[in-house]
Amino acid sequence: MRAFAHLLDRLSLTSSRNAKLVLVRDHLANVSDPDRGWALAALTGELNFNAAKPAFIRKAVEARVDPTLFRWSYDFVGDLAETVSLVWPAQPGANREPELSEVVDALRSASRAEVQSLIERWLDALDPDGRWALLKLVTGGLRVGLSARLAKQACADLGALHGQSVTVAEIEELWHAVEPPYADLFAWLEGRSDKPDADHPGRFRPVMLAQAIDEATDFPKLDPADYAAEWKWDGIRVQAVSERGVRRLYTRTGDDVSGSFPDVVAGLEFEGALDGELIVLRDGALGAFNDLQQRLGRKTADAKLLAAYPAGIRAYDLLLDGEEDLRALPFAERRKRLEAFVARIASPRIDLSPLQPFETWDGLAALRTEPPEGDARLSEGLMLKRWDSAYEAGRPKGPWFKWKRDPHLIDAVLMYAQRGHGKRSSFYSDYTFGVWREDAEGARFLTPVGKAYFGFTDEELKLLDKFVRDNTTDRFGPVRAVKAGVDFGLVLEVAFEGLQRSTRHKSGVAMRFPRISRIRWDKPAREADELATLEHMLD
Amino acid sequence: MLKPESLLCPKPDGLYCPPGDFYIDPVRPVDRAVITHGHSDHARSGHHVAAATPETLAIMGERYGQDFAHTVEPIAYGQTVTRNGVEITLVPAGHVLGSAQAVIRWKGLTMVVSGDYKRRRDPTCAAFEPVPCDVFISEATFGLPIFRHPPDGDEIAKLLKSVKQFPERAHLVGAYALGKAQRIIMLLREAGWDRTIYIHGALERLCALYQAHGIDLGPLAPATTDAAKGQFAGEIIVAPPSALQDRWSRRFPDPVAAFASGWMRVRARARQRGVELPIILSDHADWGELTDTIREVAPGELWITHGREEALLRWCELQGIKARALALVGYEDDEDDG
Ligand SMILES: [Zn+2]
Ligand SMILES: [Zn+2]
Repeated sequence: MRAFAHLLDRLSLTSSRNAKLVLVRDHLANVSDPDRGWALAALTGELNFNAAKPAFIRKAVEARVDPTLFRWSYDFVGDLAETVSLVWPAQPGANREPELSEVVDALRSASRAEVQSLIERWLDALDPDGRWALLKLVTGGLRVGLSARLAKQACADLGALHGQSVTVAEIEELWHAVEPPYADLFAWLEGRSDKPDADHPGRFRPVMLAQAIDEATDFPKLDPADYAAEWKWDGIRVQAVSERGVRRLYTRTGDDVSGSFPDVVAGLEFEGALDGELIVLRDGALGAFNDLQQRLGRKTADAKLLAAYPAGIRAYDLLLDGEEDLRALPFAERRKRLEAFVARIASPRIDLSPLQPFETWDGLAALRTEPPEGDARLSEGLMLKRWDSAYEAGRPKGPWFKWKRDPHLIDAVLMYAQRGHGKRSSFYSDYTFGVWREDAEGARFLTPVGKAYFGFTDEELKLLDKFVRDNTTDRFGPVRAVKAGVDFGLVLEVAFEGLQRSTRHKSGVAMRFPRISRIRWDKPAREADELATLEHMLD
Repeated sequence: MLKPESLLCPKPDGLYCPPGDFYIDPVRPVDRAVITHGHSDHARSGHHVAAATPETLAIMGERYGQDFAHTVEPIAYGQTVTRNGVEITLVPAGHVLGSAQAVIRWKGLTMVVSGDYKRRRDPTCAAFEPVPCDVFISEATFGLPIFRHPPDGDEIAKLLKSVKQFPERAHLVGAYALGKAQRIIMLLREAGWDRTIYIHGALERLCALYQAHGIDLGPLAPATTDAAKGQFAGEIIVAPPSALQDRWSRRFPDPVAAFASGWMRVRARARQRGVELPIILSDHADWGELTDTIREVAPGELWITHGREEALLRWCELQGIKARALALVGYEDDEDDG
C-alpha cells in the first residue's frame, strides 16, 4: 500500500506526461505481483469500489477526533479524504500496514458491515499518505489525472526496460483479453513468457486516427487522385464488434460502452467488426450531437430514452468481415467490402457514410465550406483517406487527414481577469474563462479552459472592465478572480481553431487560438457549456 | 501570587516586561530588546540594545550589517543576566542556529517565551530544552491537528528517490534561507548525498556563517554559473522559495520543483505554488509537538503568541488547561518560513 500511496501522491502533483510515464513504469518495474497489477487496474479505472460513503468516514473520524477540531481542519484542507487522512490518530503498531492486494481482496469479498470495520483498522495502521490513497480507493474517487492510455503506454515502456519492443496498440488490443492483476501481461512484458492470447471473440481492435491537415503545407504535396473524401460526422467514434456470439460496442480508446447502447448492440446482426460514428439516427436522418448527449454517460438506458433518441452507426470502415481480417487491405478494397457488407445486413440502425467525389482541392474546399442541405450540415468537416492506406493503429502521418470546419464556438464563464498591455494596461482586458464540470458529489463547478483577449470595441471593453471591478472576489497580483457560479456569472462566447489534450491544464484540454467573439450579457451562467462538450470536440 | 501580566504583557510593539523594561522580539525599534532568534519577523534592526545568543547576533549582523543595534549584549545558552531584579536566561529552542527560549524569573514567578521552536532533532542547532514554568508562551504556526510532520528521513528519501528516477532533470529545492536551507543540506549529507550541492546566491552568506559555526555542509557551489544547462542534470539545487517560479529557475533542465515546508502537508498548498515534489520539513513544532510540549512543561497557564491559536485553545479547553491568545501581530504566518 505504501508504494501505491506514494505513486498516487506524486501523480497527483505531476503534470508532465513524460514524468507520469516514468512514475508509473517504475512502479510496475519495482513492485511485485499481484500488488502492481491491482495498482494498474486502479489507475486504468478497472477497479471501482463504492465501499464507503463520505458520511460513514465522517462519523468514524468524529468518533476519534473532537468534531470542532475536525471541522476547522476540514475548512483548512478543503477535501474530506485528505483531511481525514491527516487527522486520523495514528495507532502505531496497532496493525500491520495492509498491502494493496489485501485491500482489494477484502473489498471484493467482504460484506458492507465487515468492510467498514476493516477500513477503520486499515486507517489505524496506515500513514497519512496511505490513508489518503485508501480513502480515495474505497470511495471510488481515485482521480489523479491519468488516462488509461497513458497507463497502457507505461506498460509498453516496462517492456522496453526489458528489451521488448511493444507498442501501446498491442497493449490495447490485448487489454480485453487480460484481467487484473495482469500477471500474464507482466510476464510477457518482462520476457518471461509468451504473449497472452488476444484472440478472444468480441475483442477491441486499436483504432486508426487522422492527423489534422495543415492547409498551407500539406495540400501542395498531396494529389487529389490519391484520396477519398467523406464527411466527419459529429457523434462518437466507435467500433462495433459481433463475433461468435459476442457483441461489443467500444469507444476509440477501447472503453466498452455496450451497456449504454442496448439498441445498437441488439442491431449488430452480423459477423464482423465495423468502424463508424455513433449517432442518433431517426429514420435515416442524423440527430444533432445534443441528442446523442442525452444518451451518453448513462450506465443503462430506459425505454423512453431509447425511443426518444434512437442510436445507430454510420459506418466508415470494415475491419473484420466474417472471420477475415481486412486491416492489411488498402482502403479502396475495404470500402468495396464495406458497401457490400452494409447492403447485406440491411439494418435500419446501420448506414453507410457516403464518399464525396471531388476533382480538385479547391472544389473540395467549397464543399466543406458550403455543405449541401441535410445531414452534411451537421458534420464537423471532412475526412481524407488515401485509397491505398492499410488500417493502421494510432495516428500515422499521411494516410488519413481530418479537415474540420472552423472556428468552433463555445459558451464559457468569465473566471479571472488580468490587466492588459500597452494602451490597455489600465483595463482588465485579458480573460480566463471556464466551463462546467461535476465533482464526485455531483455538484457543478467551473474549470478553466482557456485565456484570451478580446477584439472588443472600447465601449464593450469599458463595460467588461467595470464588470470585473464590481465583481472581484479575490486578487493575486495583477489578476482578479471574478464572481462566477451557477447563479451568477458572465458568459463569453469563445471561438477557437482547435483543441488538444493537455496535461498542463486542469481541465485536460487546451484551445488553439481562442478569442472572445461575443459577450453574452443575456445568457445565465448555468447555461454555459460543459467540459464534456469540449472533450467531445477533441476527437 | 503575582499576576503574570505584571511581569510580561502584550503591547503593540511586542511582549513587554515592565519591571525589567525590555521587550521580547519587538516588531519596532525599542530601547531594549531580547531576541529569540534570527528570523526577520522576530529579529529587527534599529534597537538601542539587542540581547541575544552570540549566534543570533552573528546572524543579525550578517543580515542587517554590523551596526544593526547601538549596543549588543551576547547571552550564551544557560547564562543568566539580571535587569532590575528580573532574571533572563536563554535556553535552546531547537528552531534554527542560535534560537532560544527566553526564561524570565522574578519574585518566584517563571515565564518562558519559547519564540519559534520544534522538538525533533536538527543537526544544525541545539535541541529544545523544556523548562518547568508558571506560564508557557508558545507559538502555534502549525496549530491544527492536520499538521503532523512525517519523519525527516522519509522526506529526504523521497527527494533522493526522485533524483534517481529523473536523472536528466535538476531538482530545485525551495527552502527558507535561514535554517531550513542548511538543515536540508545537512540531512542530505547524513543520507549519504556527497555530491556538490548548488545554492542560490541568496543563501551563500548564511551557509558560510553556519560553516563558520562548525556545521559542515560539505561541498557547495553557486548555482549562478553560466555553465551549460545540462551540467545541472541529476543535481540538487537549494534556493529560497521565491526563486522556484522565478526567471532564475529557467536555467535548469526541466527542473523538478520541490519545496521543503510544513505547509506542504496539504496538497492544495503544493498545487497552488506549482510544487511537483513537496518535502514536508518544518522548523516549527507540529500539532503533536505543540501538545506534547504543553503536557511536558505543564504550565499553570498557556499563552499563545501567533499562528493558529483557535485550535490550540480548543485543545486546552478540552484538556482543562488555562490558556489565552495574545494575538500578537507582525509575526508572519509565513508560507516560506514553515
Ligand atoms: Zn522563526
Ligand atoms: Zn515566527
